[in-house]
Formats: sequence, C-alpha cells, structure tokens
Amino acid sequence: MIDQIIHMSVYILMPPLLFGIMNKTKAYLAGRRGAPLLQPYYDLIRLFKKKMVISSTTTWVFYAGPIVTMLAVIVAGLLMPLGQSHAIISFTGDFILFAYLFALARFFTTIAAMDTGSAFEGMGVAREMTFSAIIEPGLFFAFLVFVKLSGSMSLTVMLQRNLYGSINQNNFAPLVMVIIGLSIILLAENSRIPVDDPNTHLELTMIHEAMVLDHSGPLLGLIEYAANVKFFILSSLLCTVIVPIFSSDGWLSWLGFLTGIILISFMVGIVESIMARLRMSRVTILLFSAFLLCGSAVIIFER
Amino acid sequence: MYSHQGFINLKNGQPIDLNKIPSLEEEKFMDAIKQFIEAGKRVSSYFACSSEEQGLLKLYAVLSDDENKQLMVSQTMISSKQFKSLSTSCPQLQLFEREIAEQYGCVPLGHPWLKPVRYHHSWTNLDAWNREKEEVILPGVGDYYKVQGNQVHEVAVGPVHAGVIEPGHFRFQCQGEEVLHLEIALGYQHRGIEKTLIGGPNNKTRHYMEVLAGDTTIGHCLTYCQNIEGLTSTKISKRSKMLRGIALELERIANHVGDLGALAGDVGYLPTSSFCGRLRGEWLNLTALITGNRFGRNFLIPGGTSYDLTKEQIVFMLNKIELLEKETGDSIALLWENQSVLARFEEIGILSRKQAKDLGLVGLAARATGLDRDVRTTMPSGIYKEMPIAIKTIESGDVYSRAYVRGLEIKTSIDFLKKALKELLKGALSEEGPTIASDLLKQNSLVVTVNEGWRGEICHVAITDNEGKFKRYKIVDPSFHNWMGLAVSLRNEEISDFPICNKSFNLSYCGHDL
Repeated sequence: MIDQIIHMSVYILMPPLLFGIMNKTKAYLAGRRGAPLLQPYYDLIRLFKKKMVISSTTTWVFYAGPIVTMLAVIVAGLLMPLGQSHAIISFTGDFILFAYLFALARFFTTIAAMDTGSAFEGMGVAREMTFSAIIEPGLFFAFLVFVKLSGSMSLTVMLQRNLYGSINQNNFAPLVMVIIGLSIILLAENSRIPVDDPNTHLELTMIHEAMVLDHSGPLLGLIEYAANVKFFILSSLLCTVIVPIFSSDGWLSWLGFLTGIILISFMVGIVESIMARLRMSRVTILLFSAFLLCGSAVIIFER
Repeated sequence: MYSHQGFINLKNGQPIDLNKIPSLEEEKFMDAIKQFIEAGKRVSSYFACSSEEQGLLKLYAVLSDDENKQLMVSQTMISSKQFKSLSTSCPQLQLFEREIAEQYGCVPLGHPWLKPVRYHHSWTNLDAWNREKEEVILPGVGDYYKVQGNQVHEVAVGPVHAGVIEPGHFRFQCQGEEVLHLEIALGYQHRGIEKTLIGGPNNKTRHYMEVLAGDTTIGHCLTYCQNIEGLTSTKISKRSKMLRGIALELERIANHVGDLGALAGDVGYLPTSSFCGRLRGEWLNLTALITGNRFGRNFLIPGGTSYDLTKEQIVFMLNKIELLEKETGDSIALLWENQSVLARFEEIGILSRKQAKDLGLVGLAARATGLDRDVRTTMPSGIYKEMPIAIKTIESGDVYSRAYVRGLEIKTSIDFLKKALKELLKGALSEEGPTIASDLLKQNSLVVTVNEGWRGEICHVAITDNEGKFKRYKIVDPSFHNWMGLAVSLRNEEISDFPICNKSFNLSYCGHDL
C-alpha cells in the first residue's frame, strides 16, 4: 500500500521537475543562470489561474482535445512500472493498450488542432501524423524484443525481473540497438531537439507546438502537464531498460530509479545544448533509423 | 563610351547642377538603362520628381558601375499619367516602378504585377489604381499571386508575428512542405518620411534620418550628412571622418553579431545564441560610450560629429575590443565547428549569382553570391578613401554563405576599428564642434551619396530647388533592393526553412516602408 502511494505521488508530482532539470541544464551550458528548477510548476499554476481565449470557429472538439489527451496519457502511465515498483494496472498484453493510448492522445490533439482551421495547426498535424507513422512501429518492435527476451506479455513483468535475467552475448547487441532506438523515440515523441524545438516561437518550424497554438489558460495547462507526464513515462521506460536494479530493497530501488530518470533529463538537456535541430526533411531519416534499429533487433532474435 | 548614351558620371557625394544632367527622350532613356543593366551596371535609385511643366514628371535614374567605380545619372520627362515599364527586362526596377506609381499616380505601362508598395494615397491628384481620395487604404489588402491545384495550400504569416519583430505579411503558396511561391506585402510601418522631407532641410530632418531604420541610424544619418556637406561644399576634418567610420563599423559589428546569434537561435543551437545575444549588447555599449546612445543617435551632424573621443576613452575602447574580439570570434567559431548547425545552414535558401544580379541585390546578400558589391571599396566616401576595406565574398549563395560573410566582415571591421582608434590616439582632440561652410544649400543641384551600411548600399539623392530647399529627397534602404531576393530564395525550399532564410537576410521593414 505504502509502495503504491509513493508510486502514485512520484508519478503525479515529478513530471514537471524533469522539464525544470532540462531547462536548467540548457541554461548552464549556454552560460546563463536559467529559470528556477521549479519553474514548470509555477507555469502550470499560472496557466490554471488564467482565463481562456477561445476562437469562435471552434467546437466542443477543441475542448475535448486537451482533456482526452491528458487522461489518455495518464492512464498509459498507470501501465508503466517505475523502477522496481509494479505498475498500478498490469495484465497480459498491456503494452498494446499502452501504445494505443498514446495514439488516442495524439488523435485528439490533432483533431482539436484541425478544429481551429488555422494553416499553422494544419501543417503541424500533417508533420505529427507523418512522423508518428514511423515512430509507432518502432515502439512496437522494441516491445517485441522485450517480449522475446523476457517471455512475458505484460509491461511490469517484461521490464522488471526477466529482462536482464536472460541476457547473454547473443542478445546483448539487439538490446543495445533497442536502447538507441528508444532514445530517439523519446526525443521525437516529446518534441525535443533534434526533432522539434520546444522553445521556438517560429510557427512555420513547429511540430507539436504548432498544434496547440490556439489553446490558452487551463487548456494549455492540461497540454503542458500531459507533455510533462509523457516525457516522464517514456524516460522511465528507458530508465528501467538501461539501469538494471536488482535490489529488492524498496528504498534503494526508488533511489536508483529517481537517479536514472534525472540523469536521462540531464542527458536530453545536454543533447539540446550541443546540437541544432534537423531540417524537416531529415527528421524522417532519423526516425527511420530508430524504426530500423528496433526492427533489426527483432530480426536478429528470430535468426 | 557610356557617357555617349546620355548618362553623366558622378562622384559620390559631389553635387552637380541640374541643367548639367543630360535629359533624354523617354524612349532613349529606357533603352540606355536597359543596355547599361545588361552590361552589368545596377540601379541604385530610380524615382520621379515633380516638374514645373503641367502634366509632366521628371524621372531620374541613378546607376552604379561597380567595375569602373562610379555613379551615373540621367533624367527624362514623362507624362504624369503613364510611362514605359522596364520590369520585364530589368526585374530590379519592378519595385521602383511600383513606388513611382504609388507616389505620383503615374502608371508604368506593361508592369507585370502592379501593386502598391506601402499602401498610401498618391501625392498628386492621380491614382494608379483609380482609388478615391476618401477611400481608406489598408496595408496588405489586395490581390496575391495564387497557385491552384488539389494539394496546393496557402499559408499566411503576419503582419503580427510571434517574435518581437516588425510587421510584414508573407503569403506562401505551398505544395505539402514545399514552397512554390512567396509574396511579401509590406507597408505597415509607412510614416510618409519622403513626403515630409520635401521643402527641407529643417531642424527635424536629421532626426527623421536617424529613425529611417533604427538599426541603421549611423548609416542613414552619415549618408544624409554627406549630402548636406556636398551641397554646402563643407570639408570635414580627418578626425571626424575617422570617428564616423568607427561608428559605422561598430554598428555593422553589433548587427552582424546579433544576426549570427539569432541564426543560431532559429536552428535551436543555444550556445552561440546566448553568447552572441550578450556580445551584441557589449558592442552596442561601445557606441554608447562615444555617443551616450547604444544606436548612435545624435552623433552625426552635418559638418562633423557631436562628440569626440578622449585619450582615456580610446584606450578603454581598445582594451575592450581586444577582449570582445576573442569572445566574439570564439562564439562564432562554434557555429562553423558544429556539423548539425552546418547541416542546417548549407544548401538552404540558395540564390544564384545570376538571380542576385538580375534582382539588383546589394550588400552582404550580394556578396554571399560572389558579387563584388561593397560601396566602401568601389565608391568610397570619408575615411574609406584613406583606409580601404577588403571586400569579403563567398560563392554559394545559401544561408551558410550569408552567415559566413557576416563572420568575415566582423573580422575586417574589428581590424579597421583597431587601426582607426590607434590613429586617433596620435591626434589631439578637435577644438571646434561641427560646422558647415554655409547655411544655404547649393540651388538647383542634385547630389547622390552612397554608403555601405551593415545590410548594404544606402543611397540618398537630394535635389534642391532655386531656394536651396529639398525639391525631392529620395532614400533607398538596402532592404528595398533585397526583399525580392528573400522571396526568390524561398522557391522550392521547405516552408519550415523560411524563418532561417528570413533571418539570414534580416531585412528592415521600416527602412523599406519609410
């Protein structure tokens, strides 16, 4: 019970902090002091206090977009184990639901964007859908590798105990390939550099940001929070795969998990600081490489 | 041989009697311009001016001959209702002809895309588009070039932008991510400066010059001062010339540094973006050290400069420049060392040398295509006659080359600064303030001054009447030539590359809108 309370509070409260860490890292590497670590929380509070400006061309879909997106992402997160802590909900084949909850969230974000009739948002939707069509199979291939490795179809079981138990020289290479693939997926799904630039004000270059240009106030707050949670979930997936924590001690395993997830945010901050984003036509190449890495990993297993 | 064709050669900043300027028949005038442009000259200024005779306008053409390093001018009389357009054979005239149509209601016959430039009422009783005097004219409203087809979509950007920049409207015709055509509509910042200047100069004139384009205060003000000095036969001291050169180069460095930082920011490369943002401020502060204003307001006055530099200030500046040179060099070098940045800059927004030549591009945008166009070298004025500056060019014509040329120019400008400051250190403070030889401007004269501002050639033409007042004061900001270059460079590029292409030109909206 206590473990579940800790699990839920970490899950609900921690996501914005990761953005704070990323922003702080970026600021330091650029020679600035940067916003406070807790700025993302202040931003959320500020947004929820604000009034909304709603375009007169929109319908209920415009409201439904952020709400459904956030709910879908949060439910998806309940299926994900955090370190050695079991997922809140777990059953055989839950990874398929996990992937499609993300798809549902994306669907609602995009139709809410289309609802505004803005040229920018239409462009953002076109880009998002093109790119996600490449990311999604990549994610499935990665899960397939984990299923093969662990012999289990449930996220908690496959990611926690059995993943490293079965590791040997034959399956080491595919695992590394999947980790690289997942790292690219993490950056792409969360619209980070080099795929997208979360800080840009240039509408024509945006992907995710372009889709939410018309949202404001609490609705924007929901979108931001959903983005934070999504980053948290995918980082914890990567963290659980990379950092093998065998400690059965609850507190030690939590410590390991939290350190891992903070390190990942830190690394993303470094990546964003040392490289420019890719030009739009080359993003596809990067995403395809993630797809191919995960796909080839499956093939190597089947050999 | 060219003087036979009815154009007279002119020295930068030297006045000429109006009746010494050859006057051609309209037909011959147009033919001559066409031939000169085909022979590699370019149009620096092309404008109409009212004439004493009813129903007629005077049309002036100022051409630049970069090869033989001289300016050429000629005039013709045209009907106040219409004249022959040359835009189809000389695309660089298209905006000038639209401007004449808008200002005087005089229609360029055969202009392929006759639209207003700044969306204001004409200065005469005629209107090229038959609009009523009471009609409200809204900027950006009107026809746009359209592409049709199932997958073609139109994207409108501006006039209100997300960043803190000036207003302008951009209309894209796209197929998917590819831009087929971009049309730019400006005029939101039109203040009517050229019209106000007629009848001048008065005590407001210099201040108008300082705000033609706020980031080119020194460039425009310098050009104006040299025009006045030409018209009053004022000789200014070498020290003043040196101080003016220093201010102009400081302006260039500050803007180039800011632009390189902004280019880095647009591709999401943070280190150079933040470093250059700070360094731009430091360079601006050096201008503030001389004048008390970071943009050099109130520094240049006909006859000299309003402030001099003391020995202590010069030594301080030299030390500061030494420090800034290293920091600036290091932060810019980061750009050329980072593959992901180069991948983003290279082969984007390519403008060929031929396109640049046809469109009459000036300044660093032209130099980035390999054209040797730098007025500091080809038609030097002031201190540049004694301290020549090497032209920096690069061939590829893409975003990278426009960025790289900036980097090269920062270096040459810093070298110039150090040399000039050391020279200043030897001399004594000037005793007297700025003075001009006479309060009266030379009557019935025309004077053309060109200077290389940080964006490119700034051209001011003053024509005086028989009381020595401005009958016409024509201003051409480099942006006026270069906006079309941006539009053309976007063809068949990705729409997501527009911001970085735009930043690589970084043209002035208010300098265009006047």
